[in-house]
Amino acid sequence: MLALHDVTLAYDDHVVVERLDLVAADREVLCVLGPSGCGKSTLLRAVAGLEPLRSGTIHLDGRDLSGLRPDQRQVGLMFQEHALFPHRSVADNVGFGPRVHGLDAEVVRERVSSALELVGLAGTEHRRVDQLSGGERQRVALARAVAPRPRLLMLDEPLGSLDRALQTRLLQELPEGFAELGTTVVYVTHDQDEALALADRVAVMRAGRIEQQGPPDRLWRAPRTRFVAGFLGLDQQLPVEVMGDTVHTPLGQLPRAEVRRAEAGAAAGDVADSGSPAATYAVLLPESIRLLAPAETARNNELVVTGTVRRRRFRGDHQQVSVELDDHTSSGETVTLNALALRDAGGPGTAVRLAIDPRGVHLLQPDERE
Amino acid sequence: MSLAARPAGTRRGPRRQRRLRRGLATAGLLALPVVFLGWFFAWPVTAIVWEGLAPAGELELGVLSRAVTDPAVRSVAWFTLWQAVLSTILTLLVALPGAYTLSRQRFRGRGFLQAAVTVPFVLPTVVVGSAFLALLGPRSPVNAALVGLLGDAAPTLDLRRTVTAILLAHVFFNYAVVVRTVGGLWSMLDPRLEDAARVLGASRWRAFREVTWPLLTPAIAASAAIVFLFTFTSFGVVLILGGPGRATIEVEIHRATTQLLDLPLASTLALLQLVAVLASLAVYGRLTRRAQVQQRLVASDTTRRRPHGRAERALLTTNLVVIIALVLSPLAVLVERSLITAEGYGLDNWRRLLTDDAATVLAVPAADAVRNSLLFGVSATLVALVVGTLAASAAALERGRLTGLVDRALMVPLGTSAVTVGFGFLIALDRPLDLRGSPLLVPLAQALIATPFVVRTLLPVLRSIDGRLREAAAVLGARPVRVWREVDLPIVGRALLVAAGFSFAIAVGEFGATVFVARANLPTMPVAIFRLLGRPGVANFGQAMAMSTLLAAITAAALLAIDRLRVGQIGRF
Repeated sequence: MLALHDVTLAYDDHVVVERLDLVAADREVLCVLGPSGCGKSTLLRAVAGLEPLRSGTIHLDGRDLSGLRPDQRQVGLMFQEHALFPHRSVADNVGFGPRVHGLDAEVVRERVSSALELVGLAGTEHRRVDQLSGGERQRVALARAVAPRPRLLMLDEPLGSLDRALQTRLLQELPEGFAELGTTVVYVTHDQDEALALADRVAVMRAGRIEQQGPPDRLWRAPRTRFVAGFLGLDQQLPVEVMGDTVHTPLGQLPRAEVRRAEAGAAAGDVADSGSPAATYAVLLPESIRLLAPAETARNNELVVTGTVRRRRFRGDHQQVSVELDDHTSSGETVTLNALALRDAGGPGTAVRLAIDPRGVHLLQPDERE
Repeated sequence: MSLAARPAGTRRGPRRQRRLRRGLATAGLLALPVVFLGWFFAWPVTAIVWEGLAPAGELELGVLSRAVTDPAVRSVAWFTLWQAVLSTILTLLVALPGAYTLSRQRFRGRGFLQAAVTVPFVLPTVVVGSAFLALLGPRSPVNAALVGLLGDAAPTLDLRRTVTAILLAHVFFNYAVVVRTVGGLWSMLDPRLEDAARVLGASRWRAFREVTWPLLTPAIAASAAIVFLFTFTSFGVVLILGGPGRATIEVEIHRATTQLLDLPLASTLALLQLVAVLASLAVYGRLTRRAQVQQRLVASDTTRRRPHGRAERALLTTNLVVIIALVLSPLAVLVERSLITAEGYGLDNWRRLLTDDAATVLAVPAADAVRNSLLFGVSATLVALVVGTLAASAAALERGRLTGLVDRALMVPLGTSAVTVGFGFLIALDRPLDLRGSPLLVPLAQALIATPFVVRTLLPVLRSIDGRLREAAAVLGARPVRVWREVDLPIVGRALLVAAGFSFAIAVGEFGATVFVARANLPTMPVAIFRLLGRPGVANFGQAMAMSTLLAAITAAALLAIDRLRVGQIGRF
């Protein structure tokens, strides 16, 4: 188990990570998700002992890591862009860890071949690393990180430099590899698809702090802040006001009891319970917006709005339709919603109706950092 | 069949034409450099070789055996070799840690120090010699401090005319070569490679040995070869600091020509030196090619870290002490000694140097030497720029098997001794035009010495220009000359300025060739310094120091001006 407690990291006077607590259970795959520059790579480097702690503690399997040099920590780190030793062969790269640990040449060879087998590159020992393709380099880097049998495997944007098709394939293969290794994995990425596909648990990081963490589906269903929602790709957000039993949106009113909010007892509800009106934001989850057929009537509780199709995007089995709503606001701002349509919605200019299901509308916590 | 043949034929036509045109362009660009190098380098060198092999006008191969059997030649060759090897090793030992500190550690004043350590590299060898004469002589501040500490019983440290002085001066002179060449690469090595080794369980030392060192090897080998070349052909420093039995081949050539009037001996020595230089250049080429590793480099300003931990701080302190003691103190002593007069500190030396018209030993006012130097320096710079730019452009055009050959051919004058060039001018340049008495010889010799540096500065920049830029300009309708003016010139502009400043510094400080060809009534500053040092008296020594300070200031100003441009090629190999 990896446990970070109250960790602060800084470059000179610039604080990168601030008072952060984070735990990864045994055999858990923890994804740290955040935009570039949020401090996630620095966090990994600190766990590896490459950056000094300003304050706080890091424990791995109960052992305090502070004061240990990087070579004493028994962690594996796969670097961004892999950092393979360019002057060494595949076998020398993968065998570097076991070799510096003083293992016999025979054992080193076994470790190399089993690590290469794990990543599906058996038999490539004698190739030079500059002859490898991007995907092969990525695999060799993974093999090199696991060959010394670390207690913890950390990966820093491992799929960042690869093309789309390769990313997709590796996303399918990686979970099996992790399961086979049986170590705790901390995986850092800025790509929400990667995080949601791989993680047992996702920690969304922003400007040096964890903004929210939880299993991928919970995060997706119940993001707590605009930042988390936006980073997960939930970008249909509306400013709302909670007043008594009603949620006032620019599109109309929704019954508060039907609208979802963050985890039970979370602040979004609490604010409103104080009795005074509370301004915040709501997320419209994609399935909450439905394109109504011309004769179709809305279901109970659904909010119906009218608008005009502005754009259609073909997405294979469905279409994404951008609808500019007729004016529902006093401010005169136009609101555009994207709806998924399984059938033809008509070209740009078509007048349509949208039904919004309050059960797919999710109240966010007021953001104290904006 | 005719249908199949025709498309191939029509395609081959333009391609052959294009190759022909490119060949013509290369030939056109190379015409002037070839004439220049042929007339002022190949011809004099050939004359020396001929003089050596056929002293009486007929080929006498027996002369060759003199190079191997004559004990005088052998002892000079042996001294030249071992002092060069030792200088190279010492320079690497002192400068490699310095390269780390200046490229990977972040501390206040780093940028200034990096510029400051480059100053010695462009300093005229005569100035380096006189600075160490002042630093290591009986009146040095070191001895003053000893007397202050221990009273009259203090031993007097006098290292003049010792090998130690020569070695120290060589380390001082070449520190920048290692720092710039190795440090330049070191600052761009991806620090994550070493991090990766550490996380995989390697100790700091092991990570350095197994990852960093092998990746630095090309730069280390290249700088070692260059330092060896420079110290093997060392002239001014050894002439001033060495003594009997401590002469390099260069110094011996000078002595054989000017004092012994033994031209066959001089030729034999020059021949020997030429062979040694060519051999070490070949080794240099091999080493750098073999050790080359394709690797991803990163921006140098991202790799510098503030030192943390006791070892890092100790390293930083040690290097700062070395830089101050070895690199900065000789310069400081030079200035100090220029201010010492018979009655304590004062500006007498300077006043006499710049105003007194008659009382100097130079036969001309000292201010004239300054004027001569500047005039010759500017002319030499212009010649070197024209020749060097043409040669570099031709070499950049050529991307075939010839590339390596052109590269190495352009390196040869770099390693050829200045003394050989000067000596060659004297014995060869009576044909086709008798130039031997002409003042033109000085800038021509200086330009010859500076041209390889121009090429080395421009060529990497020219080669780095994305060929697609030229293609884009051509597709947009620009003719070749226009393409060069609109694409190449703006990109190369800064490098051209650097090359100009560098050539000027080299030309102004050039001594080995100039001392042969400068006429007595047209001395340059280095020649004047050498003459002043050769005369007894405090006043003459003081004036030599003042002149050295002035010359150091001029070359350092040229260097600092180019360093601002941040093309960063000076002293990098």
